[in-house]
Amino acid sequence: MAKITRRKFIKDVAVGSAAVAGAMAAPGVVRKAYTQKPKLSVAMWNHWVPGATDVLKAVADEWAKKNKVDLRIDFIGPSSTEMLTVASAEARAGTGHDIIALTTFDGLFFMDKFEPLDDVADYVQGKYGKYDEVSTYISHVDGRWVTVPSPTGSHSYPMVTRKDMWREYAGIDVEDIFPPDVRKRDPKKVDAYNYDAFLEACKKVAKAGHMYGNPLSECSDADDWACPLFLSFGSIPVDEKGNITIESDETLEALEYMKELAQYMPKEIYGWDDASNNRWIISGKGSAIQNPPSAWAVAKRTRPDVAAQLWHHDTPRGPKGRFRGCLFFTYGLWKWCKDKKMAKEYLKYMLESAQQWKILAAAQGYDMPQLKPMYSHPVWEEIGPPKGGQYNYIRRGDEHLIVGGWPAHPLIGAQIYRKYLIPVMAAKVTTGEMTPKEAMKWCARELEEVIE
Amino acid sequence: MAISASTVNRRRHPTLLSRLRSRRYAAYWMVLPLVLVVIGLVVYPFFYSIYLSLENKKETKFVGLRNYQRLIRYGTFWLVVGNSFRFTLTAVFFKATLGLVLAIILNNLPFRGQRVWRGVSLIPWVMPLALSSLGWWWIFEPTHSAVNWVLVQCGITGKPWLSDPTWARVSTIVTNIWFGTPFFMIMYLAGLKSIPQSLYEAAEIDGAGATQRFRYVTFPMLRKLIAITVMFSTIVTFANFDIVRILTRGGPRYTTHLFGTYAFNIGIETGHLPRGAAIALFMFPVLGIAAFFILRNIARGEE
Repeated sequence: MAKITRRKFIKDVAVGSAAVAGAMAAPGVVRKAYTQKPKLSVAMWNHWVPGATDVLKAVADEWAKKNKVDLRIDFIGPSSTEMLTVASAEARAGTGHDIIALTTFDGLFFMDKFEPLDDVADYVQGKYGKYDEVSTYISHVDGRWVTVPSPTGSHSYPMVTRKDMWREYAGIDVEDIFPPDVRKRDPKKVDAYNYDAFLEACKKVAKAGHMYGNPLSECSDADDWACPLFLSFGSIPVDEKGNITIESDETLEALEYMKELAQYMPKEIYGWDDASNNRWIISGKGSAIQNPPSAWAVAKRTRPDVAAQLWHHDTPRGPKGRFRGCLFFTYGLWKWCKDKKMAKEYLKYMLESAQQWKILAAAQGYDMPQLKPMYSHPVWEEIGPPKGGQYNYIRRGDEHLIVGGWPAHPLIGAQIYRKYLIPVMAAKVTTGEMTPKEAMKWCARELEEVIE
Repeated sequence: MAISASTVNRRRHPTLLSRLRSRRYAAYWMVLPLVLVVIGLVVYPFFYSIYLSLENKKETKFVGLRNYQRLIRYGTFWLVVGNSFRFTLTAVFFKATLGLVLAIILNNLPFRGQRVWRGVSLIPWVMPLALSSLGWWWIFEPTHSAVNWVLVQCGITGKPWLSDPTWARVSTIVTNIWFGTPFFMIMYLAGLKSIPQSLYEAAEIDGAGATQRFRYVTFPMLRKLIAITVMFSTIVTFANFDIVRILTRGGPRYTTHLFGTYAFNIGIETGHLPRGAAIALFMFPVLGIAAFFILRNIARGEE
């Protein structure tokens, strides 16, 4: 047997490795030559509604097949923070997906790295009319569409009321005030549903042992009910020009109101997270929360008796109007995308009514469109029980949809929203840690830190 | 055999390749991959974060120490500083004490039982922290807390574990103690095993009781180990993120935010990465001092 020297061994291994590598690469080269398609990758929010993601993927795949595109969709989440972390990493690395879905203000953090989407927004608005005010606020910044609104995952925070409990204990029939047909609303009854009436009702349901509950803590659900409440009293943290305006009579009034309201809310709200109010109403202890229909959807599976009594409807009216919080998703297109034209075509296709119709149905009413023609989708009328209980999840009356931080510049708004300044300020007062004036001063100091 | 002049020259002046191949350099080659990993994952990010912290929000302008100056002017930042020290000092003290007690108990168990208990008591440390924090969150959950349910069954009023600042701090510290105690225990147990039995026998002959044996034999022999473990744990605890993020997200009213969670909130969630980097870098002096003492103790131990 021939002696194997070290040199011979290395030589043989090198030759063998090269042969194996060549053999492995050859089919790839051949395959590539035959099937070279343009590639597009999308980072999409992983919908919590079972089946919603499959429908979205099927709709997207239809486009990919028709246009001979190698489309890859990565579903991330459902935590939106996960999406933000992915976007931060991709922005820093300068590579990653071509399109990414992000919530509220998050897309604006990467505005210098996103391709303007004016042509996509113009195309969609040309077909279906103007986007709503809040979508324009978070996507159209410094004169351009940094992102475009995406209905998938977008949701708002209406009242979710146990209609049986409120009828029995508070004498308020929310189904009668907000029927599943906007034409049947009695303007007088709607007008009378204001924060004073709401407080009185909260006292009564609390006395019966079924409190209204929402978080006053460091979570977005806290922002999404507290910020609209403050706005409905006219309290604005920072105005459009960047002036800090939190120290006002309006804020004082809102804080005094909160102080009273919190007496009729559970003491644990200061430690609640985004899902705590859902659990509160599903457990049967709570009589009202503010939330998208996710609480209802879980109750339908686990407590159908509770789900059948949940009615989604408008928020109470304050001295300065009726405001409802929302958490909208947007699409951003990274500048490093090699085929931007194709990516924009994909976005246009996905945002068209025909595709959205299927996706909205699959989301079982959770997703909220930002264009009025899509409000006529039958899902919110049909889904139940109770039938019509989600009709008013879509804005039907005089409410203003807003996101915490409005009307400040969205990049300032983002910090107000994500530092949870309004709910934390309110909690400082309602727990007795500070007087309303001290809390306003504290908030003003925090806002100074926010504005550069 | 004749040796040519060129061969002699080559031997006198070895080539670069032959030098690198020599045994003297082998160690450097072997360490190189690790050095590259440390440079790529520790040194570069560290200097990059310093650079980042000196920029404006859009990362387009050098602003010097402005991010640091702005931070120290606000009460919330000092609240975070206080929280971090309170969290670290309390958690490390209890972890070290409980770890020592457990190690002594385990060391006195019969050998067979000792193996089982040693394995069982390591479970909290082996489990991923994020997962065990979720378990603790379920225990402390504000409205449907498992521990409160037990307390109520025993006729005791439930506590606002995550909704009151004091109790929320207690909850985060308890979770950290639960996770970190096994580390101390296993280190101390190893230390106890290495103490020669003859020292205890000599102490016993001299009439030393259990307390005296601990004071004059066990403790002095473990002193260096205690110092190293305490310092090491201080670094890890001070930089904690998972527990607070999962249990309280920094609440209620920012009272449980640590440097790590506050840096994440400002840097990632509000999109101000330079300021987030500045917050995280405030940890550096504390961690640097702790690291200095660790290294000094190790060096002294070697002497």
